[in-house]
This record gives sequence, structure tokens and C-alpha cells, in this order.
Amino acid sequence: MKSFAALLERLIFTPGRNAKLAHLQAYFRATSDPDRGWALAALTGSLNIAAIKPAAIRALAESRSDAVLFGWSLDFVGDLAETVALIWPRHRAATAAPPSLSEVVERARLAARSEAPMLLADWLDRLDATSRWALIKLFTGELRVGVSQRLVKMALAAFGDVAIDEVEEVWPGVAPPYAGLFGWLERGAARPAVDHLASFRPLMLAQALEEADAARLKPEDFCAEWKWDGIRVQLLGGMGQTRIISRGGDEIGASFPELAELAGLRAVLDGELLIRLGEVHGSFNELQQRLNRKTVSAAQIKARPAFVRLYDILFDDDEDLRGQPFVQRRERLEEWYRRRVLGTPMIERFDLSALLRFDSWQELAKARALAESVGAEGLMLKRRDGPYVAGRPKGLWFKWKRAPDTVDAVLLYAQRGHGKRSSYYSDFTFGCWREEADGRAELVPVGKAYFGFTDEELRELDRWVRSHTIERFGPVRRLEPALVLEIAYEGLRRSPRHKSGIALRFPRIARIRWDKPAAEADRLEALLSRIRD
Amino acid sequence: MDRTNHPSSWLKPTPRGLYVEPGDFYIDPAVAVDRAVITHGHSDHARPGHEHVLATRETLAIMRLRLGAQAGRQQQALGYGEAIDIKGVKLMLAPAGHVLGSAQAVLQWQGFRAVVSGDYKRRRDPTCAAFAVQHCDVFVTEATFGLPIFHHPDDKAEIARLLQSVVLFPDRAHLVGVYALGKAQRVIMLLRETGYDVPIYLHGGLTAMCELYRDLGLALGDLRAVAAAAKAELAGQIVLAPPSARDEPWARRLPDPVNAAASGWFAVKLRARQRGLELPLVISDHADWDELNATLDEVAAPEVWVTHGREEALIHAAGQRGIRARALSLLGYEEDAP
Repeated sequence: MKSFAALLERLIFTPGRNAKLAHLQAYFRATSDPDRGWALAALTGSLNIAAIKPAAIRALAESRSDAVLFGWSLDFVGDLAETVALIWPRHRAATAAPPSLSEVVERARLAARSEAPMLLADWLDRLDATSRWALIKLFTGELRVGVSQRLVKMALAAFGDVAIDEVEEVWPGVAPPYAGLFGWLERGAARPAVDHLASFRPLMLAQALEEADAARLKPEDFCAEWKWDGIRVQLLGGMGQTRIISRGGDEIGASFPELAELAGLRAVLDGELLIRLGEVHGSFNELQQRLNRKTVSAAQIKARPAFVRLYDILFDDDEDLRGQPFVQRRERLEEWYRRRVLGTPMIERFDLSALLRFDSWQELAKARALAESVGAEGLMLKRRDGPYVAGRPKGLWFKWKRAPDTVDAVLLYAQRGHGKRSSYYSDFTFGCWREEADGRAELVPVGKAYFGFTDEELRELDRWVRSHTIERFGPVRRLEPALVLEIAYEGLRRSPRHKSGIALRFPRIARIRWDKPAAEADRLEALLSRIRD
Repeated sequence: MDRTNHPSSWLKPTPRGLYVEPGDFYIDPAVAVDRAVITHGHSDHARPGHEHVLATRETLAIMRLRLGAQAGRQQQALGYGEAIDIKGVKLMLAPAGHVLGSAQAVLQWQGFRAVVSGDYKRRRDPTCAAFAVQHCDVFVTEATFGLPIFHHPDDKAEIARLLQSVVLFPDRAHLVGVYALGKAQRVIMLLRETGYDVPIYLHGGLTAMCELYRDLGLALGDLRAVAAAAKAELAGQIVLAPPSARDEPWARRLPDPVNAAASGWFAVKLRARQRGLELPLVISDHADWDELNATLDEVAAPEVWVTHGREEALIHAAGQRGIRARALSLLGYEEDAP
């Protein structure tokens, strides 16, 4: 329990991804089975033990301490689990050895709900403060130590010296405490078997197309499609319902029940989740109304029904198609669509992303200019003979986006960054001019950007910030309104929550306009006029 | 009991500080006074500009280093266990275990004995003499960590966590935020005691105090200036600096630092998070809850006055054991905030 608690404690304080990976790997190396397997289950949310409600934990602690002192302590610490862990009295007489993580988990899995508080009290008596804290986290459900399932799998891959995709492949076929998985990773035992239709495959991503690429590539080697402005999803369809996984590996089926309830797809599909508005699809803003909801009403589904525009197929039943060239997969996708979708109610929920015909890059460039009018962000180019490769392989898929919109805004505030950037002012708030009722022009904040600049530019910005400060509040500095930043962004929408009334999507610093006087930065009206409602 | 000459009649909290009336002197006064007894060198206890200062030899040296000409026009050293008479008040200094030179002021007048602890701890500290229990009629105590959530862990285990991290991240520097007086030297000595004998790197703000500790006889080993080291040289090394240094441009000379810091407050995870620490080390120079309570029992004073910290909890706990305890509102002492 002690080493697991130490791991959790390091993880909650570690901001860096690489450092988190190092902690996880060190733990997997130093810990034996089945402790590390139960830890893996806890970290990936695969542990099923009788949860204890916070009120029960509080009652337990109050029975062991002075009520007045407990109240003051809770006020001071602010967190119930931590207060209980810290205030739990040390049993000077206790001689029982501290329980291992396995002992705790294996016993707790068998425990009836009513037994749990008694078990917890016994273990709390035998553990040190950090272990008590970890134990209470285990029993109250979510660990919240800032590691995603994907990150834990990356650590496993590095630990076993295998590719992350291999870990993803076997993941659906393994279960806590993962003895088979660790046996394979550590000692080269047989690789665990896999259910193809149940496992998320990391997505194939596109490189940005550079001018130089276009000159080198031959049009006849590529297929082209629109790059749709929705969210990328992978559909895992077995015999029963369909799982919808976002690009980052999160299950988002709960937000889209009209898709999740579709049964019997028997395929792993790749496509763009969009909202249907009559004959066309809705903008990203429409889609945003549906994202991140735990429950969805029938009215919401009716107002903004979701569908998936398919563009690739990874598995058809048990058959792995990922090694086949794109054009063959495309044929298989169309064939699957005829077989499973056409003539069924599923036609409401799926269509195919059309392939665009073109003979030259010039012709395609003309199409790209029309992207906005069809509700696309640009074009996708896919190499005809390319297999489906996870990650961002070179030379197979390209995204050819329309040029981003930009706005010239004035730097207003800067905030110190985190982790590596904690000595730099690296979060920048910028604004545009607005004419006030009295005729004066005022700068209104329109957004915040914290990337887009090089390390050298960051140093220059940091220096500028330190020498142009008007006022300081904690980590934030208010600055002379004197520096213009060219901000690139992907979209604009109205936002009543912001003083300016607009929100930028994906803003970043495209250029620092050392040359441009602040008075010549853009006006808010100019931005407002760009919003298409 | 006859309370005519009880300390409550002659040891008085005033806006300038705790005043010993018959001796006409103050203990750790908040403003410049004619005659001051100083328990230890931290700046909220050792303030500038007194006419006459009495303290241990070490505390006087620390004050001269920090305050220069303001360290007191006349300085009088008193060793641990030595007694002196000030206008009929017998004063003795006893080790407090807080930092080098730290002392409890033991006062005796007309048959009553009062002890002013200053700041203190009960754990072993290789940089200073251990706290010595003094029986008394009134014990004036601090209560910085006066809540039952504070049980400081073993400092060796905390140092072990630092060293494990150094092994795990050989390409990063470990930047440990420490107070210049006391914590810095204690962390260095704890590291040396594990056999860690490679150079430890210092921010310029710590150098002078470490030199003073060395002059006063502490073997701190190989200490080097960060300013004189190349960035690459600092990979895999331990660097000590005042807590604020990590937010200054100074920190950029360190390779991808692991931000660590040592303080008793970091037992509470939120405190460590607010400071943005990657490796909080729970090492304190104050007594924890059990030690505060054990000290009250050992000194066996029927009456306890609590100066600063979370006094209400300690007063509550003392009251339950039949000790008369009350808060003594004194201005000017900091909470030793992280």
C-alpha cells in the first residue's frame, strides 16, 4: 500500500507528462504481481469495489477524534478524505503489519457494502498518513491523480518495450490484476488474445500540407475529401450496442445515445461526428451544444440529431483491414455501407464522406477555396496505397486547411506559466478596440493564447512584459497597451459569458507585430462582422 | 494559591511585545526597544534597532549578519544554562531546538518561574541543540502546527524521497525551496548524514548564512554557487534556494528543475498545490500536534499561554487535561507561511 500511495502522491504533484511516465514505469518495475496489477486497475478506472460515501467516512473519523478539533481541522484542510487521513489517531499499540494493496483490494471486492466501514477502520489503524489518504481515495471512487488511461498505457508500453498500439490492441482482452499482461510485457510470455470489435485503435492522423510538399506530390497518387468541421470518432460496433470513442480515447456514447443504441454494426469505423440540420450539417457551434452532456433529452436529439460521416473501416467483423491500401478499404467501406446501412433506419445516422474528383493540384486548390461554403475546414489528401497506420505517419495523409483567420489585437495582461514555464510570462490576454458611448475607444479582452511562439519569441515577450508592467495581481501583470499580436484562430462564435460578446476557437499567436502601433489594431466590430450565424 | 507575585502580574503582553516588568525588558519585541532578549534569529523575532540585546552567542552572530549596524548597539551573549540577574529577575536561556542558537527564556521572580519558548521543536536536528524541558508555573508556547492533523513524518524518510527522485530524474535539477536560516542547513546536514557527499548547489541568498554556520562549527561539506556552475553541470544535482527564487529569471539557469520545497505546511496537499510544487517535503522546524501536547505535559505548568499559530485548538486540548490555557495576543509574529 505504501508504494502505491507514494506513486499517487507523486502523480498528483507532477505536471509533466514525461515525469508522470517515469513515475509509472518505476512503479511497475519495482512492484510485483498482483499489487501492480491492482494499481493498474485503480489508475485506469477498472477497479470495482464497494464504494463508501463521504458521510460514512466522516462518521468513522468523528468516532475516533474530538468533534471540535475535527471540525477545525476540516475547515483548515478543506478536503474530507485528506482530513481523515491526517487526523486518524496513531495506534501506538497496533502491531499488525500494514496491509498490501492486494490484500485491501481482494478483501474489498468480496465485501458487502455494510462491511466496508469496519474494514476501512481496521486498515486505517495499520497504515501511515499517505497510505491512509490513498486508501480513502480508493474507497471513495475516483482517484483523480491526473493520469489518463492512455498515459498509463504509454507507461506500460515503455515498461515492456513494445509499441503503444500493441498495448491498445490487447487491452480489451485483459482484466485485473493483469497477470497475463505483465507476464507478456516483462517476460515475453504469450501475448494476450484480443476481441477486435471491442478495442479502440489509436487513430491515423494527417500532417499539415506544406507548399513544398504540394510541388513534390503527384495528384494521381492521392484521393481527396473535404475535411469536415465536426469531431473525429471511432465506432466500435459489436453484436450489441455501439461504443463511440473520441480522438483522445474517451467514451462519448452517453452524449449521443441515438448513435450508441445502434446495434449489430459488426465493424470498427472511422468518421466525423456531425449534427444534421435539414439537408445539411450544422456548424461546430451546433455540435458543441451536444458535447459533454451526461444525459440528453429527446427534445435535444430532435433539435440537433447526430450522425457520422464515414471515411474509413478498420475491421469488418473479425477481418483486420488496416494493412490494406486506402482505395481497397474505401471499397470495403462502401460495400459494408450497402450491406448494413442502406434500406435500414440506420440511413439516418450514417453517410459516406464523398471522394472529390480532380486531375491537378490547381483544380483542387479551387475546390479548397469553396471549403467554407460546404461547411468544411479544408481538404484531406489520402495516399491511395497507404495502409491505416496509428499516429501521424509521414507522407500518407495530409490536411490542407484553408488559411486561418487572423486578427490584430493588443496585449493587455500576461500571466506566469506552469511547470517549465513558471519563470516566464507565457499566458497572454489580448483585446480589440471598441467605441464606448462617450466616443472614447476602449480595449476589450477577446481571448487568451499561450502558444504559437518560438522559445526565442517567448523570451522576448517575457522581457517585454517585465518592462511594460502597469500593475501586478499575484501571478498576473497588467500591461501598457502597446504591443500588437497577430492572433490566428479557427472559428468565432457569440458568447454572452465574455465581456466582448465573442469567443475565439483555438487562438494562438501567429506573429508578434513589433512594428504596428496599438492604435491600428483591429476593432471589435470587424470581428463581430465575421460571425456567420 | 497566592497569586500576588504570579507571572500574570509581571509578565505582560503589550503592543510592543512581551514585557518583563520588574526587569524592564522585552522578549522578542515587535519594535525597537531599549532592552530586548531575543530567542532566535528569524526576522519576526529578531528585529532591528534595539539599544541593548541579550541572546545566545549564535543568535547574536546571526543578527549581526542579517541586520548589520541595526543588530543592537550593545550586545550581550548568554550561554545555555547560564543565569544572569536583571533588576532582580533571574534570566536563564535553555535550548529550544528550533534553529542554531534558538533559546527558551526562563524567568524567575519572587519564587515563580515562567518559560517563554519562542519557536521550538522536539525532533533531533543536527544543526542545533535539543530542546530542554524546563518545569515552570507558566509556559508561554507557540502553536504554529496546533491542529491534530499535523504529525510530521520522519525527516529521514522525506530526505529519502528527495534522493529517490534525484535517481529517477538524472537529467533534471532538484530545486529545493528552503529558508535561509535553519531549514537550509538542516536539509544539507540531513543529506550529508545519508552519505550524500557530492556538491550541493546554493542560490546566492543562502551563501552567507551557510558560511556563518560553518564558522560556528557545522560541517556542511562541499557547497557551490549556482552562479558559477554551467547549466549542464546542474543536471542530477540538488540545488537549494529561498522559496521565491523559482519564480525569478534566476531559475532558468537550472535544467528542467523539479520544484521541491521543505516545510511542515506541505502535510496538507492543497498548500503544496497552491505553491505549484512537484515534490513537497514535509520537514518542519516546529513541534507537531503530539509534540506540543507532550511538551505541555512535560513542563507540568498549571498555566499555559499560547502566542501564535492555531491557538484555539491547543487551548481546547489543554483544557481537556485540566491545564489552564489562554491565548496571548501578540502582534508581529508571522505564521511561517509556506
